[in-house]
Amino acid sequence: MTDEGPRSIAPADGTAADTQGIKIVGFLCNWCSYGGADTAGVCRFKQPTDLRVVRIPCTGRMDPLFIAKSLIYGVDGVLVSGCHPRDCHYAVGNFYARRRMEAFKAFLPFMGIDTRRFKYTWVSASEGQQWQKVVTEFSEQIHELGPNPGVRRQTGENSKVSTGLR
Amino acid sequence: MRIGVFVCSCGTNIAGTVDTKRVASEALSFADVVYATNYMYTCSEPGQQEIQKAITEHGLQGVVVAACSPRMHEPTFRRAVEKAGLNRYMFEMANIREHVSWIGTDKEANTRKALDLVRMAVAKLRFNAPLFSSKAPVNKRLLVIGGGVAGIQAALDCAEGGMDVVMVERKQYIGGKMAKLDKTFPTIDCSSCILGPKMVDVSQNEKITLYAASQIESINGYIGNFTVDIRKKATYVNWDACTGCGACVEKCPSKKAEDYFNEGLGQARAINIPFPQAIPKKAAIDAQFCRQLNGKKCGVCAKICPVKAIDFEMKDTIVTEKVGAIIVATGYDLFDYSVYGEYGGGRYPDVISGIQYERILSASGPFGGHIRRPSDGREPKDIVFISCVGSRDASVGRPYCSGICCMYIAKQAILTKDHMPESNSYVFYMDIRSPGKNYDEFVRRAQEEYGVQYIRGRVGKIYQRGDRMVVQGADTLLGVQVEVEADLVVLATGVESSSGAGELAEKLRISYDQYGFYMESHPKLRPVETNTAGVYLAGACQGPKDIPSSVAQGSAAASKVQSLFAHDTIETNPQVALVNERNCIACGKCIQVCPFGAIQWKELRGGIKKAEVLQTVCQGCGVCNATCPPKAIQLQHATDNQILAEVNELCA
Ligand SMILES: Cc1cc2nc3c(=O)[nH]c(=O)nc-3n(C[C@H](O)[C@H](O)[C@H](O)COP(=O)(O)OP(=O)(O)OC[C@H]3O[C@@H](n4cnc5c(N)ncnc54)[C@H](O)[C@@H]3O)c2cc1C
Ligand code: SF4
Ligand code: SF4
Repeated sequence: MTDEGPRSIAPADGTAADTQGIKIVGFLCNWCSYGGADTAGVCRFKQPTDLRVVRIPCTGRMDPLFIAKSLIYGVDGVLVSGCHPRDCHYAVGNFYARRRMEAFKAFLPFMGIDTRRFKYTWVSASEGQQWQKVVTEFSEQIHELGPNPGVRRQTGENSKVSTGLR
Repeated sequence: MRIGVFVCSCGTNIAGTVDTKRVASEALSFADVVYATNYMYTCSEPGQQEIQKAITEHGLQGVVVAACSPRMHEPTFRRAVEKAGLNRYMFEMANIREHVSWIGTDKEANTRKALDLVRMAVAKLRFNAPLFSSKAPVNKRLLVIGGGVAGIQAALDCAEGGMDVVMVERKQYIGGKMAKLDKTFPTIDCSSCILGPKMVDVSQNEKITLYAASQIESINGYIGNFTVDIRKKATYVNWDACTGCGACVEKCPSKKAEDYFNEGLGQARAINIPFPQAIPKKAAIDAQFCRQLNGKKCGVCAKICPVKAIDFEMKDTIVTEKVGAIIVATGYDLFDYSVYGEYGGGRYPDVISGIQYERILSASGPFGGHIRRPSDGREPKDIVFISCVGSRDASVGRPYCSGICCMYIAKQAILTKDHMPESNSYVFYMDIRSPGKNYDEFVRRAQEEYGVQYIRGRVGKIYQRGDRMVVQGADTLLGVQVEVEADLVVLATGVESSSGAGELAEKLRISYDQYGFYMESHPKLRPVETNTAGVYLAGACQGPKDIPSSVAQGSAAASKVQSLFAHDTIETNPQVALVNERNCIACGKCIQVCPFGAIQWKELRGGIKKAEVLQTVCQGCGVCNATCPPKAIQLQHATDNQILAEVNELCA
């Protein structure tokens, strides 16, 4: 397998999608969507391989900054997924998330980022098939859009938020 | 930091589609990684020892295991590193099985993905810090929600073990669906004979406080320390006084109340004791049908009651109970048969549901245990049973198997023959599902000994001809259309989640699947736990179940509670929010957003206010962290720096 540039994606049943070049980061809440992605794995539901998952406790933990940073500094797509509304492990975390992400989405064009590079969804821990669908569709969409042109390279240390806390 | 990386092959589960050797060898080049290896089964005992050995030999300060999902084995490995002297939070997992090897077959792409995930885990670990739990006392009282057979079993087991139990049942009586059944498969022993004594035990056991006709209003707190508000609904009868003599029921002039217990087959009085063996045996007024409560002159029951228990002014009351654990056993409801218009359920009085037929068979039922048709009270001769009414049918949103219907049809057909040897029973079925112990033998008995005729095929239509019903369907084995004339048709309505399951789940903060059944923590290994610590599941609220499985799960949940209550204290989760007072600008935003009221003001010298997190109340959602303008409040183990470290690794 050679390693130049993004390539097209294989059909959902198939397997391979070589993704060298395309990077998608997924922020998944621990209780629902991370579990849903696990369920998809346990059921061997094949998915494109572009996605890299970051586990967060709740979508309410999602700081729009994480999405902005990812998209500005080199990721081609960001997927956020949590519990369905009213099914949040922390009661209302996903409501906060929904409001924030809606507002944030409106800002993306001002940052020079195509809004199609960002998506948020709700997938429960039992919905393995739904997860497969979400990942496949989103990966296909990002492949169509190609590499993120608005990428700025960052230099190591200044990429951190300084909080004084660890 | 000195970091060690352990890449698991998981037999061929991972190594089949990920080059685990290469992942390990390339991981050696990641910042701070001083040791990396690949192992066949890292979670096995020798695998864990390998990690422990490496920690000592290489002076590791942090460990990354690249293996299965952290939802599976994070606790296992945390314990392992702790044994070797590391803090359990100096550990990270990269999920290269569920999220990599099992979902893609391109080994090259998978290996690159696995490497990225390991790199991200290492990057996060570099920002980890040791965290320490504190201890919180455990309140050794149990709340059981739902008084069906599963809840009863759980309550009795725990009371037997010396624990105080609070049981909340929304109906006026306990026993759930089983209280309505006549006999039970596969032994045909009488339902009330086996359930009755258990119900009596609940009422007599000093350790058990029963709130019937009550609902959960709200639940707050966390494992070991829940506070529960219970709404006791107005029954208009003072139950402390009521002796259950039934004098009021006899004299009540409002005779057209809905007979819920008999599934609408009879009529009840406005004041009612649902059945003779009811626990608690107390009367209650159905406000909808009571004359006095609807502004008419009556009050007959108040006059007749020898102990003056009637109280028309009664209002709902709220009582507060404090408990350390909760078992949810809210059972199930049944599919609404009128959805299948072609069957005529609800339109034809002689097309009834399985649970209605149970009431007809029951000696305490509307016909005293004589089989009669609802329409004219005549004894039926030909009876048709139809299986899978609202089961295994995606078109009505019920693609799952209810698991009990094949069995209860066989039981009801056998009982029918016992009651009326001259009768003929027919069963239309899709498949027969009878995997329990002695279950298939039971169905065979129905077919072979009792001559029940099984016809494989779907029923297309049911209509009336004279005073009989015509059932039209296909026999898919013979490939012919069949028509059976019947006096009575019994629809085996499927199991669906209990009404109100969603609202209760919200109060408990537990999850449910798309059909409303509560989700267990792990489908195989943690079948009675939920994802909310201290909340357990029993019975059909988790999915369709027969009595043996419901009882087994009731006992299983009880044993989980007993092992929790074997400790006087529990360790709190240290993954909570923490305020850096230097950065806090006292805007109060975190206090506003915290869903648990876990943040309060703290006054420093000179009257300066700062936010402060109550460690035992914080659940660790991180909403405050995302809200705080100067990022002064940080969720431990998922700080901004930790999450961004992972992101940065991908952007690099
Ligand atoms: C027609 C028919 C025949 C059957 N025959 C057999 C048989 O022969 N053998 C067999 O093994 N199984 C049989 N079953 C299955 C059996 O009924 C179930 O396995 C059993 O009742 C499950 O017990 P449970 O306690 O989980 O639920 P349930 O019996 O449904 O009890 C749940 C209880 O929780 C209460 N509740 C619900 N929500 C709340 C709430 N929010 N707050 C407070 N309380 C609440 C309910 O009022 C109820 O009392 C039959 C089922 C049917 C429909
Ligand atoms: S993480 Fe923050 S918002 Fe969430 S419970 Fe703790 S203090 Fe409240
Ligand atoms: S949101 Fe942040 S700055 Fe404002 S009070 Fe809370 S911790 Fe302090």
